[in-house]
Amino acid sequence: MTDLATLPTTRDEDWRYADAAALESSDAETLTGWTEIAVPAGESRAESRDVTGVERIRVRVGKSGKFELSAVNAAPGYARLECEVTLEDGAHFEFGGVTIGGGNETREFVTRCIHVEPNATSNQVVRAVHWGKATGNFLGRIEVVRDAQKTDAAQNFRAILLEKGASANTKPELEIFADDVKCAHGAAIGALDQMAGFYMAARGIPPEIARKLQVQAFVADAFENIEDEALGERLLERALSVLEGAQL
Amino acid sequence: MLKIENLHAEVATADGAKQILNGLTLEVGAGEVHAIMGPNGAGKSTLAYALGGRPGYEITQGSVTFDGKDLLDMEPHERAAAGLFLGFQYPVEIPGVSNVQFLREAANAQRKARGEEPLTGGEFLKLAKEKAALLRMDMDMLKRPVNVGFSGGEKKRNEMVQMGILDPKFAILDETDSGLDIDALRTVGDGINSIMRAEGKGVLLITHYQRLLDYVKPDKVHILAKGRIVKTGGPELALELEREGYEEVV
Ligand SMILES: Nc1ncnc2c1ncn2[C@@H]1O[C@H](COP(=O)(O)OP(=O)(O)OP(=O)(O)O)[C@@H](O)[C@H]1O
Ligand SMILES: [Mg+2]
Repeated sequence: MTDLATLPTTRDEDWRYADAAALESSDAETLTGWTEIAVPAGESRAESRDVTGVERIRVRVGKSGKFELSAVNAAPGYARLECEVTLEDGAHFEFGGVTIGGGNETREFVTRCIHVEPNATSNQVVRAVHWGKATGNFLGRIEVVRDAQKTDAAQNFRAILLEKGASANTKPELEIFADDVKCAHGAAIGALDQMAGFYMAARGIPPEIARKLQVQAFVADAFENIEDEALGERLLERALSVLEGAQL
Repeated sequence: MLKIENLHAEVATADGAKQILNGLTLEVGAGEVHAIMGPNGAGKSTLAYALGGRPGYEITQGSVTFDGKDLLDMEPHERAAAGLFLGFQYPVEIPGVSNVQFLREAANAQRKARGEEPLTGGEFLKLAKEKAALLRMDMDMLKRPVNVGFSGGEKKRNEMVQMGILDPKFAILDETDSGLDIDALRTVGDGINSIMRAEGKGVLLITHYQRLLDYVKPDKVHILAKGRIVKTGGPELALELEREGYEEVV
């Protein structure tokens, strides 16, 4: 039952950009519970989410196994997908996520990827597109324990803000205790390319279609590595459907 | 068909608005090709952008009518649908959007604005193949993202393929000849003639060199300096400029 002492607040590192009011009205079980998944050695498992509310997934991927997570976070209220992945020798974690939307909402992804054995790889690509007073966040922590040599971990976050009041936050955190590892992370927050918008207009493409083409191209990066191409297409369509109803 | 009168235009810069066009007057009749030449920084591209309606380019005085309609009253995409084509001096890269997708959206948006039926995928591809062949561009390039990784000359050739597909009434071509090799220059020249030399069409050709004008013969040549037309003549004016330079002629 609700135990106030365990309710996270925005003072907690991992919840620092969360919607404080939404946290207060949520129950502790949702905010602190985990869906547990075990991927046996050598096997692959894929999960996909149309994020609503708060969900937390904890995964352990056995030797040379693979876990793929894909998600669109376009929820009409505070929504957060959190994923903690532990990778054994040679395992791989692939994450493609998109936060998209307007309003006053906060939509976020939080990942913690723990390389506990050597040779594991991870690749995380998150794209955020927001307008109104909306916020999109990506907090990604990568931990590489001692002896987890030959780890290759990549993280890439890019956000496009379509209106002035929107915002995006990212906070990559690296804790590396092995010496022979590759960790790459990139982050950029910007606006749509205006010159490309004018170029399209000069060819007769109205602003709303130009915007959709640009956002589609931007967001597609997140789903490029999804193994099931049809799923990737559906996620892309889902993400773009939010843009269609937007008052911009 | 394009009538520019006393055009004054400002460009938004980091230190405020800067006046670039200072009372430019020019008229191109249907069926005509006019060339505009002029020193670097004279305002040629500014004129092209102002006519295309680029954000940040403000018309402070003057008027432009296109086929009897007030051009300046239209949004940029409406100007295109009305038949205006702008060939860019620096064609823009659009990562993640293929040429085919871009041009099909463009062609169908224009058709929709004119109350015409959209082209089917098959009809569009047939048209695209035909125009790519006319400009000797490999169809594979049309599958690539718009201008991304294209060489300078390939970008210019791509502009002309786009013009062929969109089949405008009036084209403003801003240094389409710059960056083209000798053979490409001829191909592009022939392309311009085949697409735009027709009754009821017109071309404003911005160029620094006589060479393109050997292929696309202008009816008139204008010299643009300091934001206005300072001299107008026949094709011989371009030859005179090539020999003597701007300082002598203007
Ligand atoms: N954003 C800007 N900020 C400052 N100055 C600008 C800006 N845009 C244009 N200008 C200035 O306006 C003037 C005209 O530029 P424009 O590009 O129209 O010249 P042009 O005649 O096309 O020259 P070129 O032959 O080199 O292409 C130049 O002096 C240029 O520096
Ligand atoms: Mg120029």
